[in-house]
Amino acid sequence: MLILLGVAVIVIGFAARLNPLLVVVLAAMTSGWFAGLSPLQVIAAFGKAFNDNRFVSAAYLVLPLVGVLERAGLRERAAAIITGLRGVSVGRLLVSYMVFRQATTAVGLMPIAGQAQTIRPIVAPMAEAAAEARDGVPTLKTRYAIRAMAAATDNVSVFFSEDIFVAMGSVLLMVGFLSSSKIVLDPLHLSVWAIPTALAAFAIHSTRLMLFDRRLRRRAGS
Amino acid sequence: MIKLGAVYVLAGLMFAGFAAFSALDRGNRKRFGNAAFWALVALSFLAGDRLGDLGNGVLVLGLAGLAGLGLLGRSQPPTTSPQERAGLSREFGNKLFVPALILPVVVATGVLILKPIQLSGVPLMDAKQATLISLALAVVVALAVALILLRQPLAGPLQEGRRLADTVGWAALLPQFLAALGAVFAMAGVGKEIGALVTTYLPVDTRLAAVAVYCIGMAAFTMLMGNAFAAFPVLTGGVAIPILVGHFGGNPAVIASIGMLSGFCGTLMTPLAANFNLVPPALLEIPDRYAVIKTQIPTALLMLIVNTVLMYVLAFR
Repeated sequence: MLILLGVAVIVIGFAARLNPLLVVVLAAMTSGWFAGLSPLQVIAAFGKAFNDNRFVSAAYLVLPLVGVLERAGLRERAAAIITGLRGVSVGRLLVSYMVFRQATTAVGLMPIAGQAQTIRPIVAPMAEAAAEARDGVPTLKTRYAIRAMAAATDNVSVFFSEDIFVAMGSVLLMVGFLSSSKIVLDPLHLSVWAIPTALAAFAIHSTRLMLFDRRLRRRAGS
Repeated sequence: MIKLGAVYVLAGLMFAGFAAFSALDRGNRKRFGNAAFWALVALSFLAGDRLGDLGNGVLVLGLAGLAGLGLLGRSQPPTTSPQERAGLSREFGNKLFVPALILPVVVATGVLILKPIQLSGVPLMDAKQATLISLALAVVVALAVALILLRQPLAGPLQEGRRLADTVGWAALLPQFLAALGAVFAMAGVGKEIGALVTTYLPVDTRLAAVAVYCIGMAAFTMLMGNAFAAFPVLTGGVAIPILVGHFGGNPAVIASIGMLSGFCGTLMTPLAANFNLVPPALLEIPDRYAVIKTQIPTALLMLIVNTVLMYVLAFR
């Protein structure tokens, strides 16, 4: 039971907004301690796992490209394109992005877009420009809300359509685990049953996006 | 064969560049804190395999210490002003999108076309890591095109990359820290312990209750562990296979597939999924660390209900 205190350290540390890197190390120490490991053993285990997971941070290789394009005015250009369109709104823009993102992810092209390379330099500036074109210059608080919605739309789109692609890591994990329990399935069967959820995610999130438009207009009006 | 090692060298050199420019940045009061932080990340990428487990552990403590003591500052690397950017964006027009589109095109080419290629029996790239290798390749090609087409200075990639890296700050390393925590938790048996609690104390005697326990359990467990992959084996082995499939005769493909997607509802609501939920607010310069999670919660909760209903309806026909 006491090894669960590591989880409690995480919950309390994150809620108290302590520095998360420290909280994570403390949580590892706590659970490791109660599992009977010495502090040095936990540090070594953490170090090994950190080294094995370097691929997670290797994705920051896109930052120099994104930065250079921003330096040359990409965000401004993305915004200008939206300003020139008629009838554009944050909701409609993000619904269109969602269609693109869900469709490409479902055929295995998830890595072609993402928070660093797409949302920050292109989609978020477009969304802010759309709000400005429709309801006038947004307040800073409204801008934050729009950016958060743009980021959320990317996550929702990816999460609920990635399993439609048969070679996705999570699909293969399911096939592997089930076969170890003597249930042999073709990955395709799992992928097919991800489709209803993907459609529901589109229905629910795009409805929220259209309601978001109304909220933005009310905020701008008040 | 192109392996992940090449990508790590490239990443290591990039972070070393961030460290060097940070150290030289007299405008940042905490420049040596930033330099030390990025230098440690560079060391990890360039020499992590030679440091030994304890060496890597000490490196991690160094990163956590620098961040926890507030030794990192936001830098202001030389970049263009908003006015200059407006001018440049008019001058370059849609040419600006060429490098931005090269990136996804090269990634897609790598994943769809280059990955299956074999040269005299040896695959061109390590298949398991093809996405990351393709991404690195795409960045190099797109950067080269950007520097020439948009006439950008040679120091641009490192200075601009450092600008964005410092915008995210220590949060950039949080996803990798959490991945490592997951491994330590697994070693300590945290997952098994929670799984035992769920399966022992929750009601699974009617079909609807069992479906709800599995779906909601997947989401809750994922929130605690940070990813659905850790939750899936525990709850599928503990609830789904013995009870939903074994006792109630449900279709395992439907149950597993929708169970995993219920876990993803949890991913949308937890700060432990930092690369999706905490890095984006930093990247988008939103002051509230939890702004993206708060935005996702309504969609996630509605989707959890939908998944529960879908499983109940589709798995037992």
